[in-house]
Amino acid sequence: MKRQRIGIFKLASCDGCQLAVLNLNEELFDLAELYDIAYFREALNRSPLKQYDIALVEGSVTTERQKKEIIEIRERARFLMTIGACATAGGIQALRNWANLAEFKRQVYPSPELISVLPTSTPVSEHVYIDYELWGCPVDAEALSETLVSLMVGRRPGIPIYSLCMDCKIKGIPCVLVSQGDPCLGPVTRAGCGALCPSFGRGCFGCFGPKEGANIDALMHRFEDLKMARKDAVLLMDKMNTYAYRRTRLEQDH
Amino acid sequence: MKRVKIIKEDLKTIFEALAQRYRTIGPKLVHGTVVMAESSFEDIPAGYEDRQGPGSYRLEKKETEEIFSFSPGADSFKKYLCPSSVTSFSFQKSAKGFVVDVPEREGMPLAFIGSRACDLAALSLLDQVFLDGPVRDQGYEGRRKSIFIVSVNCNHPSENCFCDAMGTGPYAKEGFDLCITEIRNWLLVEAGSVEGEKVLEILPHREIDAGDLDEKRIVIARCREMIKKSMKTEDLPGVIYRNLEHPRWTEIAGKDLECGNCTMVCPTCFCNSSYDVLSLRTVSSNLRDFSGVRRRTWDSCFSKNFARVHGGNFRPSRRARYRHWMTHKLAYWIEQFGSPGCVGCGRCITWCPVGIDITHELEELRRVR
Ligand code: SF4
Ligand code: SF4
Ligand code: SF4
Repeated sequence: MKRQRIGIFKLASCDGCQLAVLNLNEELFDLAELYDIAYFREALNRSPLKQYDIALVEGSVTTERQKKEIIEIRERARFLMTIGACATAGGIQALRNWANLAEFKRQVYPSPELISVLPTSTPVSEHVYIDYELWGCPVDAEALSETLVSLMVGRRPGIPIYSLCMDCKIKGIPCVLVSQGDPCLGPVTRAGCGALCPSFGRGCFGCFGPKEGANIDALMHRFEDLKMARKDAVLLMDKMNTYAYRRTRLEQDH
Repeated sequence: MKRVKIIKEDLKTIFEALAQRYRTIGPKLVHGTVVMAESSFEDIPAGYEDRQGPGSYRLEKKETEEIFSFSPGADSFKKYLCPSSVTSFSFQKSAKGFVVDVPEREGMPLAFIGSRACDLAALSLLDQVFLDGPVRDQGYEGRRKSIFIVSVNCNHPSENCFCDAMGTGPYAKEGFDLCITEIRNWLLVEAGSVEGEKVLEILPHREIDAGDLDEKRIVIARCREMIKKSMKTEDLPGVIYRNLEHPRWTEIAGKDLECGNCTMVCPTCFCNSSYDVLSLRTVSSNLRDFSGVRRRTWDSCFSKNFARVHGGNFRPSRRARYRHWMTHKLAYWIEQFGSPGCVGCGRCITWCPVGIDITHELEELRRVR
C-alpha cells in the first residue's frame, strides 16, 4: 500500500506547533512509518513536492508572500488542516487587527521601516478552504495523533468541541471561578488542554479558542459581577486567540 | 435494627474497621473545597463550614467541635460508581482474528463515609437507570454491588439545598449500612443492614434510649428550619409541558454558558459517550492489524456533539438545550421512573459559573406572561 504523503508547512508562527509534532515522541516513528513525511520545515531538509495527500499548516497569514504561499499549498494538497492558534485563529500577532500597525512597529523594532507586513494577521480559513482545524497554542500532540490515525482509518476524529469546564469536571478539579472567584475562560473555551491551568488553581486564558457558539457576553457580565473591570475582562481574551474570541462575540446570537 | 451511641473518636474505629475490607472514600479538603476522595478519619474537614450561593462556594474554618460542619461539595456517588472516564474493554484485530478483552474489576470494594440523604436518593435513581431497565449496566453493577455506605444526617444544609421540598432529605430513611446523626459531643449511629450491625458490634457503645431519639428529632427539625430554598413540585410535569414556548427559556439562553457544569455535578445526570481510542502506535500501515480501547466518558446534553445525528443536532440552540435538560430532570423523568430526576442537592446551582438556579427558573415558568 502506498503511504500517504504529508507536508508540514509554516507561515507566521513561533514553530511551537511543529515542535508539538516532534513531541509525539515514539509515536513520531510510527507517524514516519504510516505516512511519508515529505516536507517538514522544522525537521527535514527537503524541497517541496508538487502534491501532498495531507498538508498541515502552522501559522497565520501576515505578509503578501504568505497570501500567495497558502494558495499554492492549497493547490497542492488533497486535504488541508490548520494546526494551532495562529493558523486557525490568527495567533497573538492578530492583536494588531484592532491596533495601529505603524505604532506597533515603532514600539517593537529598532528600524520599523524594514518591516513589510499586512495590516492584519488572519487565519488560513480566510484565504483558502480548509478541511479540518486543530486548535491550541500549541496543538496537543495527542489530538494530532488522534486526528492522523482517524484520517487513516476513515472516521471523524474524536476531538472535543465541548467546553473546557467539562474536562475540568471529568478530571475532578475544583472550579477556580466558583470556589475562588477568579476569572476563568473555561466556560467559553474549547476543551483540549486537559484543563491544565485549573489543575494548578488558576483560570483558563483560552489557548484552545472559543467553543462554537460561545456565550461570551454572559461570562463577561459574570466577571463584572466579580468586580473585574470591563477592560480587564476583555483583555483576558486578547491573547493567541484574540481574533476568534472577538469575532465570536460580535457574531453571537442567542 | 441496632441503634447505638458512640463518642466522636470512635468514628476513627469505624474508618479503621472498614479499611480492612474496603477502600474508604470520605470527605477531604482539596484546594479550598470538600471533595470525595480515598481518605481516613483525619482527612475529614471537621469544623469547616461552606457558604454556597448561586455560582459561588467558599469554605471557612470555624471554632467548633463539630465534625460534619460542612455540606457536600461537587462530588457524589457517581464519581466512583459511574466514573467520569472508564475503559469498557480493549480490542485487538490481527491475522488471528478479533479479540475483545473486558478488564477485571480490580481492588477492594468501596466504603463511602459521609454520604447525605440526597446522595442516597440519587443513588437509588442511578440504580433505576443502570440496573432496573431492560439492560443492566455490568460495569456499574460490578462497582455498585459490594459497597458499604455510612451516611450522615445533615446539621448544616447549604444555602442551595432543597432536599426537603423534593422529599429526599435532610435525613436518610434507607439505603445505608450505617447512618450517623451528630448530636453535640456524641454520635447516634443506626444500622441499616446486617453488614452495618456487624461493624457496630466491634465498637464500644451505649444503647440508646427514648431521650436520645428525641434529640435526633430536634437536630432534624433544626436542620429543616435552616433550609431556605424550596421547589414547588405540584403540577409537575404538566407545568413544564404547558410552557415549552414560555419566553423565559429565551431569557435563560441569554445567560447560559452551555458549559455543562450543571450536568457534570448533578448526582443523577448519567449521560456518557463511548469512543474507540486508537493511536499511531497501534495501527499497522496496511490497516489489517489494529488495537485500542473503548473509553466511556461523561457527556452532557449541553455539548453540541451530544445526540448529534447525521446532518446536525435536534437541539441547535442554547434555549433548546437548557429546556431539554430541565425538562428531562423535572418532566420526562417523572413519566419514565415515577419521580423527578432532581433530588434537591443544589449542586447545579452552586457550580454553575453564572449561578442559574433551577428552582428559580421553575418559578419563572409558572409566571403567566
Ligand atoms: S475552573 Fe474554569 S474551566 Fe474549570 S469548571 Fe471552573 S470555569 Fe470551567
Ligand atoms: S438538578 Fe441540580 S439540584 Fe437537582 S439533583 Fe441535579 S444537581 Fe442536584
Ligand atoms: S446552566 Fe449553568 S452550569 Fe449549566 S450549562 Fe448553563 S451556564 Fe453551564
